[in-house]
Amino acid sequence: MKKIVRYFKSLLMIELFQGLSVTIKHMFKPKVTVFYPEEKIPKSNRFRGIPALRRYPNGEERCIACKLCEAACPALAITIDSEMRDDGTRRTTLYEIDLFKCVFCGFCEESCPVDSIVLTDFADYHMEDPKESVLDKQQLLALGDRFEESISKNRQQDAAYR
Amino acid sequence: MDAILEFAWLLFRIVLFTLLPLILLVAYYTYAERKVIGAMQSRIGPNRVGPLGLFQPFADVIKLLLKEIILPKEANRYLFLIAPILAIAPAFGVWAVVPVGDGLVWADLNAGVLYILALSSMGVYGIILAGWASNSKYALLGAMRAAAQMVSYEIALGFSLLGVMILAGSLNLQAIVNAQSGGMLDWYWLPLLPMFLIFFISALAETNRAPFDMAEGESEIVAGFHVDYAGASFAVFFLAEYANMILMSALTAIFFFGGWLSPFEGWAFLGDSWLRDSSIFWFLAKLIFFMFNFLWIRATFPRYRYDQVMRLGWKIFIPIAMVWMLVAALFVFNGIVVRGA
Repeated sequence: MKKIVRYFKSLLMIELFQGLSVTIKHMFKPKVTVFYPEEKIPKSNRFRGIPALRRYPNGEERCIACKLCEAACPALAITIDSEMRDDGTRRTTLYEIDLFKCVFCGFCEESCPVDSIVLTDFADYHMEDPKESVLDKQQLLALGDRFEESISKNRQQDAAYR
Repeated sequence: MDAILEFAWLLFRIVLFTLLPLILLVAYYTYAERKVIGAMQSRIGPNRVGPLGLFQPFADVIKLLLKEIILPKEANRYLFLIAPILAIAPAFGVWAVVPVGDGLVWADLNAGVLYILALSSMGVYGIILAGWASNSKYALLGAMRAAAQMVSYEIALGFSLLGVMILAGSLNLQAIVNAQSGGMLDWYWLPLLPMFLIFFISALAETNRAPFDMAEGESEIVAGFHVDYAGASFAVFFLAEYANMILMSALTAIFFFGGWLSPFEGWAFLGDSWLRDSSIFWFLAKLIFFMFNFLWIRATFPRYRYDQVMRLGWKIFIPIAMVWMLVAALFVFNGIVVRGA
């Protein structure tokens, strides 16, 4: 009996028509595609994107060249050199992050005593030459200036959980 | 001189009224395919080139034509270049006898169905030669699959047309359409329902479309017979495949769905509406409906296993078509369907 039912089912192509009805229904369902460069989905405030160096509101760079981030970095992506500045403070003369080595773990941010090095929520960057993967101090500071608004907002929102 | 001018004028009209619309239709068929399949998979499909992505086909064509035609070192260069032409010529040639409206046909052959069957089996040569000339194992395997499949399904296709011939009593396509007049219940899909299904499914197999696209089988044999083709020569194969799909849709509409006849012919209560008039509009509507079915089926079904394809063709379609041929003959014998009217 089962065999006969099966035979007629395959002869009348019942299951095939069921499949066709599924696809035609999906054709008229609203689509949920995000038009990526124009539209973006919201990111978590803990999102870890490209690293940046922050400044104090008065424009002074935060980094004091303690090299804790360099020590904490598991991928050895950070290189720091320091010197005494004219006003007697210790400052970096070299602060480089190799984006090819960086694993975006955020340990540098955790280790930083002055909240200088941070990971921004900016992730869709690109470079046209492999040499550009190394970000120097000026570039990192520029990134910090560019994303200061979102950086401080995200830190504020997450502050209660830290 | 006059004869030459007349010939040139004829050629011009053929290009203007058949070739050009056909190529445009193919171009937008590829666009429609991506849009429809996208929609069925809950995606959007192309939407970047022009409004709604409407210029996408032109971008694709320009890309394909600007690319280099690669001649593989080991390939037989003459056959390699002739193959795409052999594939596309039948796809366009058949349109000579396809009536798109009452009297709108280039050659009113009285053996039109034979001409169609003869030309459409020519398409296999293009594919076999492409696979052979490429001198690559993937291309050869793809060509063997495609050829075996097309040859087997041609039999089922021919048998399903026998039913139409019995009912219509003619091999002329215009006569076949005229024999179906009287509204959608007088079309041949009703007395020949199994034949219609066999014809359409065989048409899928004939054109090597999903779910019978073993010839392409990208997960098994890369791309099949056209794996070594690039640029314009690939574009010709592409054009041939889609032109064949359009042709098969047109033939389904003509043989089983009354060609240019209006579905509401006998419905007097519609009054003098244009809906009751038979016109090229109805032909195009049916054409587009069946073209859509090709895409719909592609979006729905997974690829058949090769032995199952052969089993379906030889052990199911051909016997059913033979039996229903007798049934169709009985219909005519008992006067259930009046022959040729």
